[in-house]
Amino acid sequence: MTLQWILDGVIAAATLALGATGVTLTYSNLRFANFAHGEFISWGAYLALTLAALAGSVFGTAEVAGPFSFGGRLLLAAGLAAALTGVIALVLDMLVFRRLRARGAAVTAVMASFGVSMSLRALLEVLYTSRPRYYSEELEIAMPLGAGLRATPDQLAVLGLALVTGIGVALLLSRTSLGRQMRAVAENPVLAEIVGIDVAQVIRLTWLLGAGLAAVSGVALGVLVQVRPSMGAELLLPLFAAAIVGGIGSVPGAFVGALVVGVAEAATVRYAGAEWRAAVSFVLLVAVLLVRPTGLFGRQP
Amino acid sequence: MSGWFAYACTFGVLALVQGIACLGLNLQWGQTGLFNVGVAAFMSIGAYTSALVTTAAIDGRLGGLGMPIVVGLVAAMAVAALASAAVGALTLRLRTDYLAIATFGVAVVVDLVARNAVSLTGGTLGISFIPRPFASFADRPVPFAFATFVLVALLAFGAYLVLERLATSPWGRVLRAIREDERAAASLGKSGAWYRLQAFTVGGALMGLAGALEAHAIGFLSPDNFTASVTFQVWAMLVVGGSGNNRGALAGAVLVSALWSLTGLATAAWFPPDEQARAAALRIVAIGVLLTLTILWRPRGLLGERTAVSRHLGGAD
Repeated sequence: MTLQWILDGVIAAATLALGATGVTLTYSNLRFANFAHGEFISWGAYLALTLAALAGSVFGTAEVAGPFSFGGRLLLAAGLAAALTGVIALVLDMLVFRRLRARGAAVTAVMASFGVSMSLRALLEVLYTSRPRYYSEELEIAMPLGAGLRATPDQLAVLGLALVTGIGVALLLSRTSLGRQMRAVAENPVLAEIVGIDVAQVIRLTWLLGAGLAAVSGVALGVLVQVRPSMGAELLLPLFAAAIVGGIGSVPGAFVGALVVGVAEAATVRYAGAEWRAAVSFVLLVAVLLVRPTGLFGRQP
Repeated sequence: MSGWFAYACTFGVLALVQGIACLGLNLQWGQTGLFNVGVAAFMSIGAYTSALVTTAAIDGRLGGLGMPIVVGLVAAMAVAALASAAVGALTLRLRTDYLAIATFGVAVVVDLVARNAVSLTGGTLGISFIPRPFASFADRPVPFAFATFVLVALLAFGAYLVLERLATSPWGRVLRAIREDERAAASLGKSGAWYRLQAFTVGGALMGLAGALEAHAIGFLSPDNFTASVTFQVWAMLVVGGSGNNRGALAGAVLVSALWSLTGLATAAWFPPDEQARAAALRIVAIGVLLTLTILWRPRGLLGERTAVSRHLGGAD
């Protein structure tokens, strides 16, 4: 139907939003554009793949729950993968980024993240080869939603997951003491330290949250599409675009930005051809930088 | 014997081509502190420009002007400079990271255009029959390879001399002043954004020249010549060689190219054919680790930036 592409765009936006939330949080709290963020998505997806396969070999054949192509086993694997990806991010911070922060070299941290991302992606190719993988061989039939729109149960599940996660993170930032601390560090780390906030602790939590959300978005993408070593790297530009369109540091902004990018990509696929999809993010990025560099919900840098 | 000599010449050509791109990156990053994630894209822009200007006309493809190689090289520098100026004008007033993100976007879009705008770039099949210098004695591989090497070496040396001259000129001093303390430079009336834009544009032009030279040296061009891993290698060259130092940029280019070729030979010899893709990925892991370790442990690289103090201060510290 004619409006189906909008729904497809919204579903793509759901996976983007999870990743963009992580980008916007790490960007505002750690003060550098982390080019390795896309690799957290890929690593999360592959870790979940391995963990689910391990669980499968312990508990028997693949498990499917209800109308979905996945079951509790993949959910459990995704949770563990999110935690493990968080640990990877913490280790990288300890080995690389913390030292560069101490040196006060933000641009050098961007460059180091670029080197780290190439290594992490190539390492996935070494471990898993570049052959696409799938969580399940189950075929899913899209069900009618009314008004001529169709979606698979998996797609609706991802949509719901993204909404719940987004509201959860937004509440965490606005309603809890931890959220206030994170916003204080984003605003001014030195002042935050003076009023007694444990800045190092906040930075660790930012890494855990950002990398964990990236891993969840990787699993969601793996359920909807497939798992490939380059999946995260290809998502990096749309993620940056979504975070900047929404305004760096704003979680609702990341969601609105992801929606803009997702629907614009779907429109491009429909009206210009799928091969131009990746150019959309760049066009949106250029437009925002020209018209309103702070994004929709961002404050003055 | 002559086989090895021709191989060494070809190696030298490719290493020095990347060396020229590395010199451009040194002007952007080493002297001015501008982070460019789209090195391969600006090389690609130069390569395709020169190919379109110099190849013979083909049905169904734009360009094909059949001009001399020199015209192609100049056009390559001009178009790459224009693209750099556009990206710079858009981002250099904003947060420093925005330049990195925007150049990353340029890399994605240039790759997309190279693969999909078939009437302009030949798509994934690329462009073949790009005129090569010294084509008149292409039937004798050794002198041909040597002549190409000498040409590229002269151009690299020329670029080096120009950049050294620029670095010690008042212009170069302004760039370093802005990099070190933009507010102090601004108080002397030097606009940071304007000088950064100039440095970024000149650096981009050098990358365009490097890409065009590679296209003419190989005689063939496809989107796979300019993947993200090329950007990554040029960065590794600059960081390992010593950013801020033009000699370091060239030395790093030769060193990292040699490492890349040697590990390539080693993996080809040691890994079975069906494991070659994995082995190639392992090489990228190694270069990434080398890059990150150099940033952490020896940020100056092998040669490092020389401390430049005005001679009027007479050795005072």
